[in-house]
Amino acid sequence: MKFILNHDLVEETAPAADTTLLRYLRESQRLCGTKEGCASGDCGACTVLLGQLKGERIHYRTVNACITPLAAANRRHLVTIEALGSGGKLHPAQQEILDNHGSQCGFCTPGFVMSLAGLHQQLLAGDCLQTDRAQVCEAVSGNLCRCTGYRPIIDAGLKMVQTLDETHRLDARILIEQLASIAEAHTTPYYLQPKSREELEKAIASNPDARLIAGGTDLLLEVTQQCRPIKKMIDLSGVKELHRIEERKGFIHLGAALTYRDLETFFAERSSRISALLERIGSRQIRNRGTLGGNIANASPIADLPPLLLALDACVTLADSRGDEREMPLADFYKGYKATALESGQYLAKVSFPANALNDFHWLYKVSKRREDDISAVMAAIRLRTNKSNGSGNDEVFSEVRIAFGGMAATPVRVAKAELALLGQAPQDESALEAAVTAIAEALLPIGDVRASAEYRLQVAQNLLRTAWQTFNREKSENSAPETLHA
Amino acid sequence: MRRLQQALEHAEKNGSRSREAVAHESALKHVTGRAQYLDDIPEWPDMLHVATVGSEQACALIEHIDLEAARRASGVVDVIIQADIPGSADVSPVFGGDVLLAGERVDYMGQPVVAIAATSLEAARQAGKLVKIHYRAQSPRLSVQEALKHEEFVLPSHTIASGDAGTAIANANQQLQGELYLRGQEHFYLEGQISIAQPNEDGGVRVYSSSQHPAEVQKLVAQVLGVPLHLVQAEVRRMGGAFGGKESQAAALACMAAVFAVRNQRPVKYRMPRRDDMTQTGKRHDFWNQYRVGFDSDGIIRGVEMDLAGLCGHSADLSDGVVDRAMFHADNAYFYESARISGHRCRTNTVSNTAFRGFGGPQGMITAEAILDDIARTVGADPLDIRKRNLYHADRNTTPYGQALEEEVLPQLIEQLEQTADYRARREQIRAFNKSSPQIKKGLALTPVKFGISFTSKHLNQAGALLHIYADGSIHISHGGTEMGQGLHTKIAQIVARGFGVDLERVRVAATATDQVPNASPTAASAGTDLNGMAALNAVDILKRRLLTFAAENYGADIERISIRDDHCWIGERAIPFAELVKGAYMNRISLSATGFYRTPKIGYDRAAARGRPFLYFANGAAASEVEVDLSTGEYRVTRVDILHDVGESLNPAIDLGQVEGGFVQGMGWVTSEELLWNDQGRIISDSPANYKIPTAGDVPEIFNVDFFQRPNAEETVYRSKAVGEPPLMLAISVWCALRDACASLAAYRYSPPLGVPATPEQVYFCARAAKDFSEAKS
Repeated sequence: MKFILNHDLVEETAPAADTTLLRYLRESQRLCGTKEGCASGDCGACTVLLGQLKGERIHYRTVNACITPLAAANRRHLVTIEALGSGGKLHPAQQEILDNHGSQCGFCTPGFVMSLAGLHQQLLAGDCLQTDRAQVCEAVSGNLCRCTGYRPIIDAGLKMVQTLDETHRLDARILIEQLASIAEAHTTPYYLQPKSREELEKAIASNPDARLIAGGTDLLLEVTQQCRPIKKMIDLSGVKELHRIEERKGFIHLGAALTYRDLETFFAERSSRISALLERIGSRQIRNRGTLGGNIANASPIADLPPLLLALDACVTLADSRGDEREMPLADFYKGYKATALESGQYLAKVSFPANALNDFHWLYKVSKRREDDISAVMAAIRLRTNKSNGSGNDEVFSEVRIAFGGMAATPVRVAKAELALLGQAPQDESALEAAVTAIAEALLPIGDVRASAEYRLQVAQNLLRTAWQTFNREKSENSAPETLHA
Repeated sequence: MRRLQQALEHAEKNGSRSREAVAHESALKHVTGRAQYLDDIPEWPDMLHVATVGSEQACALIEHIDLEAARRASGVVDVIIQADIPGSADVSPVFGGDVLLAGERVDYMGQPVVAIAATSLEAARQAGKLVKIHYRAQSPRLSVQEALKHEEFVLPSHTIASGDAGTAIANANQQLQGELYLRGQEHFYLEGQISIAQPNEDGGVRVYSSSQHPAEVQKLVAQVLGVPLHLVQAEVRRMGGAFGGKESQAAALACMAAVFAVRNQRPVKYRMPRRDDMTQTGKRHDFWNQYRVGFDSDGIIRGVEMDLAGLCGHSADLSDGVVDRAMFHADNAYFYESARISGHRCRTNTVSNTAFRGFGGPQGMITAEAILDDIARTVGADPLDIRKRNLYHADRNTTPYGQALEEEVLPQLIEQLEQTADYRARREQIRAFNKSSPQIKKGLALTPVKFGISFTSKHLNQAGALLHIYADGSIHISHGGTEMGQGLHTKIAQIVARGFGVDLERVRVAATATDQVPNASPTAASAGTDLNGMAALNAVDILKRRLLTFAAENYGADIERISIRDDHCWIGERAIPFAELVKGAYMNRISLSATGFYRTPKIGYDRAAARGRPFLYFANGAAASEVEVDLSTGEYRVTRVDILHDVGESLNPAIDLGQVEGGFVQGMGWVTSEELLWNDQGRIISDSPANYKIPTAGDVPEIFNVDFFQRPNAEETVYRSKAVGEPPLMLAISVWCALRDACASLAAYRYSPPLGVPATPEQVYFCARAAKDFSEAKS
């Protein structure tokens, strides 16, 4: 593999598939500015920038080096804290943290610097236009600091975004040329990086022992947390077909390798509520790596996209090494706790849902102990559509009702009984609502664990349906914003 | 913030750098990634890495350990059990009971039983999976309530009493009682526990440790090796955060590395993966506190009885001091006419809990604040008024343990904050808002902090420093304190520069090392600057006196006419550069090295009588926090915080501000989102940052006003400053009170709904439900 490490072109012949960027930087390159705080992608002390050449430009994304395979840097520009600053001057992210007394013990500081440097670069490149406090907080949402209380870091970020400095652009012309020169091939034997479905099919067929990886934000935890080596991997993230977004015949098709970040861009114009939900998934760093397909195929009962996709009537397409495909409703994909319909040699290719579902009222709500980068106690996704009832004047009734939850069962689930209780009923009919609320308690038996008790989960799920219903009615009558803390 | 921020900027432009808001001494290294932590030091050839195998039982006898497969595993060099430790296996700070590796029995789930040294950390961890341990399980005791019921204590209970509280409560106009369950807190220093040991030629080691207490590391390493202390040196350049978690519990890593280093005559690194760290090292103590209080119709407290039960885990560690400090702060800022405060040290089959910023203080203090809120809601008054009525004031100024407050700060400080935070108007706005808002409720609370400064173990209140002036005029200071991010080294450099009257750039603070300053106390109890700053100043005074004496002789002037300021030695109008003065002194064979020493005056606590003066002085502060709660989920936001804090005469306003803000947010984590949980087998299930949530940037209130109360310390501390490390953490109790206030609005503020710590959204949800149920039952 070949990549640019800071200012230098580097070649590594056969790195182990599960060598993380962090270990490589610290142990092989002795670049120790990148720190290990947790080795699980939760603290951001190891944040680095990965730049990918797309057309004439390098797109830089912050990632957690601790759960990113080294091989994922193939053909990329990898930027670490050691490379920041130019002409004897500190990078604005460094200078502002220094001037605002934003470091105490200093261990998390390189990670914060890199997150802010990533924001700085995106603002320069026009990838991001926001320069407010919320944007700064979003940029560092995956960085934990235990000393400062964040105020000086946020202030540093705010000052930085107000005075961008072109001299600290990361994507120098020469780097673009260098990346272009290594755009081809450079594969590694243990970490296969197919670029097309055809190559992917071949890779799967000839490497039945390999694990599939996309963002790896969950898979790499096996390596760093359970100390279980992974000898060979096939990376889906470079397969161009898996990045496609298509709208045809009334359906939206999303390639499984799209990252949360890609989805943020896609949904920005289409649904403010989905955009708001995406911001609550993982951290900035995780959303830069994690994928749609990973969130589904992982089969976690607390994944946040599946309830949304269930509410959108999504189908998934599974494909195999022979090129055969089979489509199934997402609800059928889940077979039990952490079990799916995916068979050996199969991969998740795309997710499809009816485009007009986005026009319906949909309401998404994630409840967790912490607002940023936390796992749901309960995740609710509710979609409601009304129609004029048959014949009788202008009265409207619910003609389509989807009520889905994460964190309430062994898999993400729809609650058919609750949906039926509302279907065909008037939107203002409170007895129908209460019947649906009761149905949730009858249908679901959540567990108690480190995130919440069973009782709390159930009551919250019921309340969320009530709030969704109220929001629907309020928006219908007043066209006003809902009253919630996350709005 | 903006007043203080402006003051900082002004100070930086105009002030003398030795006393103002200069940046942390390592700030440039922090932001460039060049600050070196232990894991960043280039590894020596042949270095071994350590992993341990933890117990799978919380309470069991060990019947058999099978090490064969692990010994044969690839990369493994050495495997040890308790019997292989050459000296003592006990690595306790004070009372005994903490073993480096379990022997005949295990006392908590995850307790290290076997240690493996291999050529890489991965190899050591892999080999650990091959170890088979056979147990004879016993039934574990996991809760503080159970331990209290069976009087299962790590150390005897202690009681502080003044007056006859029982009678006073009975005779009072009104009574109430309650209980609080306060969960602990994981330190979550970003740099995990780590130590490196390098064997020397005499059978000892030099250990590099991420420890707040290198002298204890040295002592315990010597004990496990069975060698005298002079064969062991411990060194600490900096820690990536500590917060008390590296006061006693860092030593075990150093001891383990040292044992392997000496056995194998190879350098050894022991760095705990985060999950091991969260499983095997102690945390803030859970407390189960019960109280009874008697008071007047105007809310004046006549008598208080409290039982504070700390969950210590399987051994004493520092729990005696932690429970004592909880007791010493069970009054917080309020005068109890009579009191009985008992503290219990409960033994459980869990990891041994330890120091954490506040050291028991928060758990005592929040109980007082709960009581004040309960009284206010009983008598139907604003909680702030009840607080103000009960504050220590005038002759009502003696604590239950008999220490009189010599300095009255809080009445005036609270008055000031009440104005700047606009408390009364906001209270009215919130009442009006809550009436018209069915789903979102706001809450507000203004709570004080009064925190005692000094180690409650008297002997620890001493410090040493070693000062050298080199022939080029550069100054090198070693002291017994350690740098964990709190800015101690920066302040010490400022103190030395100010003491001499020289430029700050002239002064370099050395890594803390036991061969520079011996027998140093831990950097803890907020006392790092108070103690080491005074020791450093003492050394400065000695050397300055020598230089002035030399100058008087050398330049033939009256010593009274000579001074050092602005980096020059002044003899009348004549200015001699400091470096020239030093060079002259060296050429004239003047010793340019001195040690300094300090011991805190006036303090002493008679434990048998439970009376005395444990603290030299108190640091004070108050915070007003506003929250909004969504009743449908219990989720909430902290929307505004105003803080006024007493740091005496600030040595460095930027660093002090960082301590106040950082302490507050850390305390906010304790009372809100940080939830430590164990399952019924005794396994910790909040064992990673994926399931244990410390605050992020998004949790910080957007309106966050911090200011300092301007008054020098009445005691003769270093330049009249006050300690600042721990006290601000407890300002966050205001957030907890505000959450309870929001919930109490559902019962027209006439009922105190139960709320524990942390007040997670789930806890707040049920707290609000309780208030609603109370209200509905009444009507």
